[in-house]
Amino acid sequence: MAELLIRNGCVFDPLNSIEGERKDISIRDGKIVEKVGRKARVLDVSGLTVMPGGVDIHSHIAGSKANCARMMRPEDHWRDPEPKTKYTRSGVGHTIPSVFTTGYRYARMGYTTVFEPATPPLKTRHTHEELNDIPIIDKGCFPLLGNNWFVMEYIKQGRMEELAAYVAWMLEATKGYAIKIVNPGGIEAWRWGRNLRHLDDKIPNFDVTPREIVRALCQVNKILNLPHAVHIHPNGLSEPGNYQTTLDTMDCIHDIQRANGPTMHVTHVQFTGRKGWSWADVRSGATEIADYVNAHDHVSIDPGQLIFTNVTWMTADGPAMFALFKFSRTKWFNADVESETGAGVVSATYKKSNYVNAIQWGIALELALLVKDPWKVYLTTDHPNGGPFTAYPRVISWLVSKEARQRVIDKINKTARRRLDLPGIDREYSLHEIATITRAATAKSLGLGCKGHLGAGADADIAVYGIEPRNVDPAKDYEAVRKAFARAAFTVKDGRIVVKNGEVVRSTQGRTFWTKPQVSEGIMKTVVSDLEQKFDDYYTVCMANYPIEERYLTASQAIATRGDV
Amino acid sequence: MPGLEVTVISGRSLSQARSRERGKFSDEYSRSVAICEIDPDDVKELGALEGENVRVKTEFGEVVLRATISRQAPHRRIVFIPYGAWASMLFGTSTHTSGMPTLKGLKATLERAPEAKVASLQEITSMKTK
Amino acid sequence: MPRTTLQNVLCTFCASGCDNLEITYDGRIVDSARNGCAISVSRFTTADESRILKPLVRKGRTLRPTTFAGSIDRAARILHNAKYPLLYGWSQTSCEAISKGIELAELVGGLIDNTTTSCHGPTILGVQDAGEATCTLGEVRHSADLIIYWACNPVHSHPRHTDRYTIFSEGRFRKTRKDRKLIVVDVRKTDTAKLADRFIQIQPNGDYELLTALRTAIKGEEIEQDSVAGVPVDTIEEIADMMMECEFGALFFGLGLTMSMGKHRNTEAALALVRDLNYVTKFVVVPMRGWFNVTGANEVSTWQTGYPYAVDLTQGYPRFNPGDTSAIDALARGEVDAALVVASDPVSHFPRAAAKSLLEIPIVTVEPKRTPTSDASEVVIPSAIIGVEAAGTIYRIDGVPLEAKKVIEPPLGVRTDEEILDAIIRRVKKMGARR
Repeated sequence: MAELLIRNGCVFDPLNSIEGERKDISIRDGKIVEKVGRKARVLDVSGLTVMPGGVDIHSHIAGSKANCARMMRPEDHWRDPEPKTKYTRSGVGHTIPSVFTTGYRYARMGYTTVFEPATPPLKTRHTHEELNDIPIIDKGCFPLLGNNWFVMEYIKQGRMEELAAYVAWMLEATKGYAIKIVNPGGIEAWRWGRNLRHLDDKIPNFDVTPREIVRALCQVNKILNLPHAVHIHPNGLSEPGNYQTTLDTMDCIHDIQRANGPTMHVTHVQFTGRKGWSWADVRSGATEIADYVNAHDHVSIDPGQLIFTNVTWMTADGPAMFALFKFSRTKWFNADVESETGAGVVSATYKKSNYVNAIQWGIALELALLVKDPWKVYLTTDHPNGGPFTAYPRVISWLVSKEARQRVIDKINKTARRRLDLPGIDREYSLHEIATITRAATAKSLGLGCKGHLGAGADADIAVYGIEPRNVDPAKDYEAVRKAFARAAFTVKDGRIVVKNGEVVRSTQGRTFWTKPQVSEGIMKTVVSDLEQKFDDYYTVCMANYPIEERYLTASQAIATRGDV
Repeated sequence: MPGLEVTVISGRSLSQARSRERGKFSDEYSRSVAICEIDPDDVKELGALEGENVRVKTEFGEVVLRATISRQAPHRRIVFIPYGAWASMLFGTSTHTSGMPTLKGLKATLERAPEAKVASLQEITSMKTK
Repeated sequence: MPRTTLQNVLCTFCASGCDNLEITYDGRIVDSARNGCAISVSRFTTADESRILKPLVRKGRTLRPTTFAGSIDRAARILHNAKYPLLYGWSQTSCEAISKGIELAELVGGLIDNTTTSCHGPTILGVQDAGEATCTLGEVRHSADLIIYWACNPVHSHPRHTDRYTIFSEGRFRKTRKDRKLIVVDVRKTDTAKLADRFIQIQPNGDYELLTALRTAIKGEEIEQDSVAGVPVDTIEEIADMMMECEFGALFFGLGLTMSMGKHRNTEAALALVRDLNYVTKFVVVPMRGWFNVTGANEVSTWQTGYPYAVDLTQGYPRFNPGDTSAIDALARGEVDAALVVASDPVSHFPRAAAKSLLEIPIVTVEPKRTPTSDASEVVIPSAIIGVEAAGTIYRIDGVPLEAKKVIEPPLGVRTDEEILDAIIRRVKKMGARR
């Protein structure tokens, strides 16, 4: 393959402690190398901002619930069609873009890796079909395990080794990347139209608690040496005040240490970071949560920034969706998945004038600004729940510039403005910190050693943005920052230029990452035998037909780990 | 004997499905599909016999079918015709802007047609070109 | 060749997704198909009947055998030269083939529509207004103590539905028939109705009114009439009580709602009824999709274009407006000037005037067995039967994706839909831009 030299950019590579240095990036055969020869193609990006390609740790882009949302919301698509071009397929956008459009829009922003954070195992073949079709970006998905019957029964029986082997089996069967928990036990309660609020509520018919599920799966994560933390969406999302449950969830595993990073990643904390007893008086719980994250190393978070626009809520948290549907009064989609999990979709609009929406918007920014270490808090909008991923540049502008966010603060609900701490926070992110929370830290959190940095050996996924750090003060020139991050000057994927001046000039196929934990033959045999005995009772598909073969993934990238069991 | 005012319902039947797998030009298929299932009391009122031919007419077209006595009765003044080339002679293309034509619940007349023949699949198709 | 038995085979007829079939075959002949219904036996054991064995092109009044390349070339020309080609069918083929179909439709600037358009299209339109509270079928099996079949007849259309998923199935929380009640609503006392604890005979075209009356009762309001759609108010209130008092109710509705007057308003009423019930108890709805991959056609179409059927790609981007961009309407207006039909027989099944319109334009048919549509075509390309002779992904009635297996070889020279469509795409691309 050809050699490429990206010359003379202002490089931000937090994992290698490079902070705005003028530097060349050399590429050969899709990887970053120390040096290339004289015949290399040269991309002169003098002075422009160069970062590793964006790595999005949490974005609902593929699978059953995303597609049900697309099907239910043609009105989302009508206003945002994407005509085909010489290099690109047609599609539709806005909050739930079609698959081709998803890949192109991420690439246009300089993003090169995205993870679908919640896939129901029984339907994960669907997730992979969609991921296969998303062009350019590398991807993966997190199978949902927090309401799974086998998981709950192993926990009840105290059979941790078997539980670990089962999770290993599931990761390989689903070609999934990490353990995802959503509303542990709550979705099983939703079978009967109920929900759970707290960690110690009992799950109907199963005699285990959310706390036990969370602890057990965190232990399993450690036993299997999985690359990412346990990724969790806590109980209580639809309660007005739920921050305490979030804190309790974070704290319930503080004794479980993991070698290669935090034990738990709590996602879209803005949705579970509210204080208060009723919707009329919700406040921000961001300070308490940020204090906890600042004081502890076993947990990381992402805020799930809210954007004032029409959005689509989609989550595995079926009961929460019904509860919130009663507020939005639009349309509601629900899809429980046998013996495993569920899903809900609702359309909604966030307004600046709405007290609760304004508080939530504030919570997300407070979290990002009050957590001191940018290696612990990552940029997301929980697309499309908080807002579409195409709003990331806007979020960046709010983080780098107090003036930018003040403009919005001035327009939000007055009472919310008064009750938030946000107006008094002066902190402004540097470009280096932005590079951290959008690529370096997320890649590290995911355990993807080949991503999120520009050292030799990394995948040649690079974003060049049209601002010169030397000549720009992000705090004042936030509009320029926003525009630059919205339309990359160049995006390079696996060493090939795929985007130029914000337009896709080449469509490529990305890889699907999944983990393959190895456990002892003996324990796996026991688990497989348990499954064989119960599978037909629990599921309406044959066990032989449940696992997804590797050939299903257009470009498979397995990450093997060795489990301690 | 004058005809009856009826409502036409088209739909799937087990024998229609099974015979379809053999192939649409098989005798089994046309025997399963070119039929009109009539409520036993309607058959009496019409003065028809099982296996005799009848003519069904809607505002969009007409077709001759073999009458059978329904085993999924009672359903007075409703006739059931399996999906197929014969049933579709009776449907209009108006979808009321929904994309979906009306294939059930159509007003029709049902009359005896013992002398008429049930068209073969090829014959039905060529009727559609007119 | 020795006789072989393959386990855990998926049947590809209706959308029930029975995947525990045991198929025994000897070479290309299937001797037995066990664990499925009578239709599945037919599907596997009569695979060789009525087959199209060679590609055909029309010469004058007859279809003559030709080479594969010749048929592809002719097909590509027809589609490439058309201004408003219709690409139709798709519900009886694999997702992989459907994906190729969408690529081809975008390439030639056509209208791609699947059989949903004359089937559960109104259900999707209903979902677009009222949402949908649904689940995978295992949830019904485990938990449902009330089953309602409305305007559908699964004994005939989905023969194993009742024993795999509803009244005759065994779930974690519902072990026997006695643990569940069955209500059937239909215009006739169907074979399914004969299994019911309560059969409600409704007048044709009365579903919207009856569903609305039930919604009224569930909201605790008075129904002012003495009867609605032929059903006495006392009965309506009794049924409403059964619905509200169950622990987990499941409504299955069929084409009686989508095909009679009211269309998507009927389905919207049913979906809204289930939504309303969720304020009182747990209730789900699972529309009875017919063909084994009609759900897959909707899924692939939606994730690739944003829309589940009736997708117009003539302007270079997806447009969706059933009534305008739907196959039967487009044909009725006489605007379609060529058609590609994959695994479907619209000449038989479309209303007469739409079939007439189809018969006036060049048709390319890709199909395993001879049909009136293939007889009327300019080009016929034989294809392998999905789930029997070709593998592929399909989506069950409830959105669970499954893999159909290849059990036996197709007849010599017969290719898969996916390969055929891919060849047409490559040929069209070579033809360059349309004038």
